[in-house]
Amino acid sequence: MRSLLLALAAAVVILGVALTFPWLKIPLILSLCYGLAALGIVVLLKAGQISFGHAMYACISGYVVAFVGKHYPALDGIVLIALGTLASVVAGMLIGAFVVRYREIFFGMLNLAISMVLFTVLGKFYELTGGTDGVRINRPTLFGFELTRDPYEIGLLLVVLALSLIATFGVQRYFRSSGGQALAAIKTNETRLEYLGISAKKVLWKGYVLSASLCGLSGALFGLSQGLVTPEMGYWLRSGEFVFIAILGGAGHAVGAFVGALLYEFLKMYAAVLVSGSWQLILGAILIVIIYFLPKGLTGLFGKRKGAEGGAA
Amino acid sequence: MTALLQTTDLTLAFGGLVVANGINFSLEQGERLAVIGQNGAGKTTFINICTGLLKPSRGTVSFAGNDITGRSPRNIVRRGMARSFQLPQLFLEQTVRECLELSAVARGGKLSSWNPLAAGSTRQEIDRMLDLISLRERQHELCINLPEGQRKLLDVGMSLMLEPKLLILDEPTSGVSTEEKHGVMEILMRALDEQQVTAIFVEHDVDIVKRYATRVAAWISGAIAADGTPAQVLANPLIQREVLGE
Amino acid sequence: MSSDILILAMLDGISYAGLLFLVALGLTFIFGVVKILNVAHGSLYAFGGYGAASLGLWWGQGSDSALVSVALLISGAIAMGVVLGTVLMLLLKKFQDRDPILQLLVTFGAFMIFEDLQRMIWGTQPYFVADVVNQLGTSELMGVVYMNYQLLFVPGAALAVYFLLKWFLNSTLAGRQIVAVTHDREVATALGINARRIGYLTFVVGAVLGSLGGALASPTTSLVPGIGADMIVLSFAVVASAGLGQITGALITALLIGLSRSFCVYLAPEFEVVMPYLIMVLVLLIRPQGLFTVVQARKI
Repeated sequence: MRSLLLALAAAVVILGVALTFPWLKIPLILSLCYGLAALGIVVLLKAGQISFGHAMYACISGYVVAFVGKHYPALDGIVLIALGTLASVVAGMLIGAFVVRYREIFFGMLNLAISMVLFTVLGKFYELTGGTDGVRINRPTLFGFELTRDPYEIGLLLVVLALSLIATFGVQRYFRSSGGQALAAIKTNETRLEYLGISAKKVLWKGYVLSASLCGLSGALFGLSQGLVTPEMGYWLRSGEFVFIAILGGAGHAVGAFVGALLYEFLKMYAAVLVSGSWQLILGAILIVIIYFLPKGLTGLFGKRKGAEGGAA
Repeated sequence: MTALLQTTDLTLAFGGLVVANGINFSLEQGERLAVIGQNGAGKTTFINICTGLLKPSRGTVSFAGNDITGRSPRNIVRRGMARSFQLPQLFLEQTVRECLELSAVARGGKLSSWNPLAAGSTRQEIDRMLDLISLRERQHELCINLPEGQRKLLDVGMSLMLEPKLLILDEPTSGVSTEEKHGVMEILMRALDEQQVTAIFVEHDVDIVKRYATRVAAWISGAIAADGTPAQVLANPLIQREVLGE
Repeated sequence: MSSDILILAMLDGISYAGLLFLVALGLTFIFGVVKILNVAHGSLYAFGGYGAASLGLWWGQGSDSALVSVALLISGAIAMGVVLGTVLMLLLKKFQDRDPILQLLVTFGAFMIFEDLQRMIWGTQPYFVADVVNQLGTSELMGVVYMNYQLLFVPGAALAVYFLLKWFLNSTLAGRQIVAVTHDREVATALGINARRIGYLTFVVGAVLGSLGGALASPTTSLVPGIGADMIVLSFAVVASAGLGQITGALITALLIGLSRSFCVYLAPEFEVVMPYLIMVLVLLIRPQGLFTVVQARKI
């Protein structure tokens, strides 16, 4: 209950900031989108796995939104988001069935390989995908309202905020469920899981589909807020950013992904101005420093107390 | 009545090394079988074949009347044959209670992605198992913080949670100090009695074998050299010379 | 398809496979020590290439001797490999006992840093120093005129490294110690092998192989930002398809991937970039442990 209030308060603060400083609207929407995708990575981290290819799910979803939006301009933004996410779920189910047979390096690099195939295909087939220029997304109606740019962005922010809250609550609930606990058990002892009669592959597959759907959701919202999708959305560097945010926030609590994403966006805004040419260098150094000092991420700072409380409950 | 566990002509060779040599064996319901033998005699290999970790190159294993040769560990567990491990296999980053709760959910085979873990079992059954393995006080401790003896107990407790027909214990007292050994075995046997589980345990300690086994099988180079009551087998001169090293 | 194209594709493929093999071999070597995939291996390749090209520009200009050029290539690679390998090794030592996923991410962080350093030092303009290719001249093979550098030198260097390494690991004390440490660090230490020293040696050999690959590639490819990223994925595809730690396997798989890629260049250019990934996915689909690995049961 208290955490729900806290989350609502955070949402109100974000909304307040966006209304007070309109130029912050888009950065806030984008960082929440990154947060949703990073939450997907956090689900995998729970199982001790990492993916360097999950941007592909954001990309798939974004392109579906763009294509469907182009051919059926009458469709509402909410329907587009649902369709884009659904496409990622389906893709996640298919690809997941294959990659859950692998762990660690193999898991991470296979995801990368598959995402690179998608990236290349999107870039090469110009007639269909617009090549590296991407596909434009015209502003759709939102809940049936035809909106000008400003109210549209506010509407989008509200949608993103609501979805982020639902996702945080849902993922947190999943982590505490038997399926989520079994997912965490993959990290520590998969052999034992099998000897309890539980299929580790099936458990990981469910987690994988969840993570793909979160990245998909993120991609649909990202595309709608940018008005454009490009193959870059599925490039491995984008996947790397998701991982970075997930590590920054930590896998201890679902909210970490969003804290990480806001901090990341903030860092990017300032660091990009200060050291425009060496953005990656700074990120890499921060990543290493975080892993060294805060291996459990920002949420890990509060994790100890929480853990003891949870144990006594 | 058919035997609970039966193997016929069970054979496995790694290259030229024969680690199971045509083993014919059967176990009845309710028996407490101690498996003894020198290191490398093939005890653990036998267990690994029965529980599905290794596939035999020849022969069959049947459990409760069904052929389970070459089945996966998961499939075999779901048929009611559980095992514990020489090196305890726990979920180190979860608490003692969570490990048992997860095992209880596993028994039903239905994981939920929505309902809390604790909802998959009754509070009483987890408490009872905690009492049975004497870990009630440490139920909220992360497994990684448990000493070896308690790890062993929890390892067995997780298997017992599955309510198996047969439980195979691989060296339940190895790594446990001599003073603690009998304590651990007392607790384990009490738990086994309570659930009326048939058990096989690999054991080196002759005292423990004498005290807790109803039957003993002695392994020498991948085959059973003697099989009978503890008194018979332990008095066998070949076993005394080759296995017990007297 | 004319036979010229067939031969051309084959020669391209073999030359490319030689480079791929060197880099992949280095990756496998480093994996043997730290038991994690070194994502920064791609940077070693890139730095090797740039380092060799820079040496060529500084000291190789005006010299007509192929020997000088080759010497500069190799010494550039070794210098880069030793320096960056040592830096990486020291960095990873700080994270020795951490979660493998976190260690993997540390190499990823290092990769990001190297990527920008490379851009700062050498800029974003393509780098291209091809003196050595011209110095070594051309040969004609079944009607196709081909550079000696790609025809003989690169595959020759790869084969030389392969046989040298095989001999080193099987017949010298240090080599056997490397095998022992890679196989089981604890037992090797118990036997009195200085695992740390051997570990360092292995790591640096792996790093030098990575940068040697880059150095040998530099005269025939233009060096641009991003080549490191492509190479790490490619060499991982080789290592994963072959099976971790498989030297001969890596040679065969590098040939497979190198040839299929170059045939793609001539026959279906759209699929050129995708081909290695497709092969890796296909191989792992059929044999999850890699083509040349023997499965071992885990002790429980």
